[in-house]
Amino acid sequence: MNNVTAVNDLVIRFANVNGTGSASANDLFAKSLFRMGLPVSPKNIFPSNIQGLPTWYEVRVSDKGYLGRRLNVDMMISVNPQSMEKDIKDVRSGGYFVYDNTKPLAQSWFRDDVTFIGLPLTRLCLENYSDPRQQQLFKNIIYVGALSALLDIEFDVITDIIKEKFASKEKLIPPNILALELGRDFAKANYACPSTLRVERRDMIGDKILIDGNSAAALGAVYAGATVAAWYPITPSTSCVDAFGAYCKQYREDAEDGKKNYAIVQAEDELAAIGMVVGAMWNGARAFTATSGPGVSLMSEFLGLAYYAEVPVVLFNIQRTGPSTGMPTRTQQSDVIACAYASHGDTKHVLLFPSTPKECFDMAAESFDLAEQLQTPVIMLSDLDLGMNDWISEPFAWDDQREYKRGKVLNAEQLDELTERWGRYNDTDGDGIPWRTIPGTHPTKGSYFTRGASRDEYAVYTEDSAAYKRNVDRLALKWETAKTLVLEAEFRLAATNTRIGLMYFGTTENAALEAADRLAADDVVVDLCRIRSFPFTAAIEEFVGEHDLVFVAEQNRDAQMRTLLINELEVPPQQLAAVLNYDGMPITAGNICEQVHEYFATNEKSAAG
Amino acid sequence: MTFIKSTFRHPELPTNELGFTRQYYEGVLSTLCAGCGHDSISAAIVMAAFEANIEPHKVAKLSGIGCSSKTPAYFLVNSHGFNTVHGRMPSVATGANMANRDLQYIGISGDGDTASIGMGQFVHATRRNLNILYIVENNGCYGLTKGQDSATADRGSHSKKGAPSPYEGIDLCALALQLGATFVARSFSGDKHQLIPLIKAALKHKGFAFIDVISPCVTFNNNPGSTKGYEHVRDHLAATNTIDFVPERKELTTEYAEGSTQQVTLHDGSVMALHKVDKNYDVSNKSAVSMSLLDYSERGEILTGLLYHDEESQDLHQSLGTTDVPLNTLKESDLCPGGDALNKLNQGLR
Ligand SMILES: Cc1ncc(C[n+]2csc(CCOP(=O)(O)OP(=O)(O)O)c2C)c(N)n1
Ligand code: SF4
Ligand SMILES: [Mg+2]
Repeated sequence: MNNVTAVNDLVIRFANVNGTGSASANDLFAKSLFRMGLPVSPKNIFPSNIQGLPTWYEVRVSDKGYLGRRLNVDMMISVNPQSMEKDIKDVRSGGYFVYDNTKPLAQSWFRDDVTFIGLPLTRLCLENYSDPRQQQLFKNIIYVGALSALLDIEFDVITDIIKEKFASKEKLIPPNILALELGRDFAKANYACPSTLRVERRDMIGDKILIDGNSAAALGAVYAGATVAAWYPITPSTSCVDAFGAYCKQYREDAEDGKKNYAIVQAEDELAAIGMVVGAMWNGARAFTATSGPGVSLMSEFLGLAYYAEVPVVLFNIQRTGPSTGMPTRTQQSDVIACAYASHGDTKHVLLFPSTPKECFDMAAESFDLAEQLQTPVIMLSDLDLGMNDWISEPFAWDDQREYKRGKVLNAEQLDELTERWGRYNDTDGDGIPWRTIPGTHPTKGSYFTRGASRDEYAVYTEDSAAYKRNVDRLALKWETAKTLVLEAEFRLAATNTRIGLMYFGTTENAALEAADRLAADDVVVDLCRIRSFPFTAAIEEFVGEHDLVFVAEQNRDAQMRTLLINELEVPPQQLAAVLNYDGMPITAGNICEQVHEYFATNEKSAAG
Repeated sequence: MTFIKSTFRHPELPTNELGFTRQYYEGVLSTLCAGCGHDSISAAIVMAAFEANIEPHKVAKLSGIGCSSKTPAYFLVNSHGFNTVHGRMPSVATGANMANRDLQYIGISGDGDTASIGMGQFVHATRRNLNILYIVENNGCYGLTKGQDSATADRGSHSKKGAPSPYEGIDLCALALQLGATFVARSFSGDKHQLIPLIKAALKHKGFAFIDVISPCVTFNNNPGSTKGYEHVRDHLAATNTIDFVPERKELTTEYAEGSTQQVTLHDGSVMALHKVDKNYDVSNKSAVSMSLLDYSERGEILTGLLYHDEESQDLHQSLGTTDVPLNTLKESDLCPGGDALNKLNQGLR
């Protein structure tokens, strides 16, 4: 048989049963590769139920540093009889299928182009462990042990992780190490080790960290001084608020009396969640909510109020596959338009698009500064892939000199010093951003009535058309100011001149960078632009202007970012070509390249015809 | 159009302990229909805040949408106000309260705002025992959208243009009681002698203080056949008690006859002396209160007064264990763990 031969360029997929403790074994596997200095990108592919259905965990190793998903499973570790038949089919020709052979496999399932590696996981567990729970759990650790031999993972690296993990529960260390040894020894005794697939230590990690985007965003909120979080559970955003709670417990509780410098309220729905954020921010605290698409739909009315009444709001939208419930545990970037123009009337919202955990942290913190400086909602659009999977990331950093930018808020002394009448909606600085006051600041000055109804510069109710128009025009001017405050895009220009661009945002970055390398090898040279904020900055407008053709790669059906670019920058639609992926799985470089080539093939054909 | 009231003040107007006149507690001129019950409630709030020596800037007044929800503009002009969206005042008030536990929150809502579109938020703010005075200005109809029946319209009641309501009316007091409100009262916009002390007591209560105030809509629901019109309400009022509100630090001087008075101590030490109409009515006995509400409503009578009070009330901050100072006063140094902690955390992620 012709086995695939590869060093440090692998896709390993684990087929597990949801809720059987496979997660920690899989993490152990990914972490050991990370500790060997190798870029890894693990992904959970899971159903929307809790227990019993198949789940997959896919790890890509690439010493070219590519972190996007790639197709072709080189090795499948199958411990789920339910999905086994299909899992066998999913292995690439020349790949490996590792399975529990305590019970024999149906003869008809065998393939002659795949190497089958049977491990008696159940039998080994029954023989070596007496506790029924351990008999179940250690199956997972045994296969990690076997993989260490098959893939040549440094055994010490794995045992070190075990020792660190159970430092405070030491008696769990020996049974774990035993399981690793059982797997390793069985593999070595019965199969060629290493296989034709293996890993080798590299020095590509440096000081990077391994963490998921939701934890990073939560940590950013802690660092930014968020004190109020209001939320309603929804995958894939739940783990963000859970992490906020855990970090607050760590950093924000009084050592003596346990009193909390934060309040987390689980609301009755997303309408209430965002209402609480509006109330808390109006009252001078930093507050946020985290949700996903269906929640954003419910929050829409309040987003309009906050935009118009000019109340800061911070919202993290961890996008999933829509519309409606769609595939709630799969990823997509499909709330771009829903968020950009959320709510009724003329509304536009500031958006941020993180693409790494470090950026989730930084942008989460930035959201609060922007929301308070601009007195408007800021929505950070992450996604399930980034939020719920571990990623290799630059380490977090915080400059202790940094000060929160709380925006234009008048304190009691400033109110006393005012010589002219203060108006809540009076643009005294010409940037469209008025000064606000926080309730309770001054006994007689600075109180006003906040409302979603039309009012004049002094917050006095009016239905005068001219006053209404002045107000919404000022909001448009504020939008121009926002363009100067939001985060600049990231540009990577090709070494040679080109008239072709590729734009992307968020988690599409990983596949796009890999695609750019591959396209260059096929003589398609592209300049790259990663959009990080909405409204689009002047530099984005220039980038589009300087290229005859710009591909916009994104993970939704309707090319939402492309639409936004066409609409906001008044670009001729034919100048922007859509590259789309929307099957719920993260986009791949191969997919992008294919669509780019297809574009040229069709357009050259039509030009020729 | 906005009406600014004349600022002329008679030099010898009486002032309260803070040195403020009653006028200091007023708002801008109301634009509601003349005779609207809601205006009487605003006047009662002005009087109660004046008499209870409330500092206006330490109050935040919030509302939903409706004629009733417009009224926070008509009292306490020196307080910040927030006219939010329809039915969602409770969540905004919850967030505001989380941000600053030291302010007093007055939430104003209508029966449409609370009992229909906002029912969910009302229910949950109540069960969290949010520290707020929550007033429903209950006229049995949607005044602002021209008189449609609301969910508090009694079965068989009909508005000016409407047919008898075929549905069961929601009794918000019974509901609030069941949901864990720790102060439940009902009153009538036309009875300021009962309403003002109730508001004063509610302002001192720590927890969810709910007052359902029947407040006739003169334009759409004050006709014969309506159970929320002035005449019907006056004819069917039944009071459990009337209240003397005795602020903290003042002594209870009057002697009351045994059995006819129940004393209720509020969180700050103020005392409510309840002059009971029915000797057996006990405002701390939840199940008995529940029964009474049912009994009276079956007889077609409107039970008013302080219906229920829980002296052990624990508000949301206490349930959450938040720190004693308002969260919105915490500084960067209190909140940000700093660069070193982050480096340590990074180390654990390698
Ligand atoms: C989302 C939404 N739906 C509908 C309305 C229209 N609306 C405004 S006020 C109101 C009813 C108010 O009734 P109520 O709360 O009883 O107040 P009242 O005017 O009777 O005092 C309605 C339906 C709205 N403002 N927002
Ligand atoms: S319509 Fe009814 S509720 Fe509205 S202001 Fe007039 S009387 Fe009051
Ligand atoms: Mg009403």
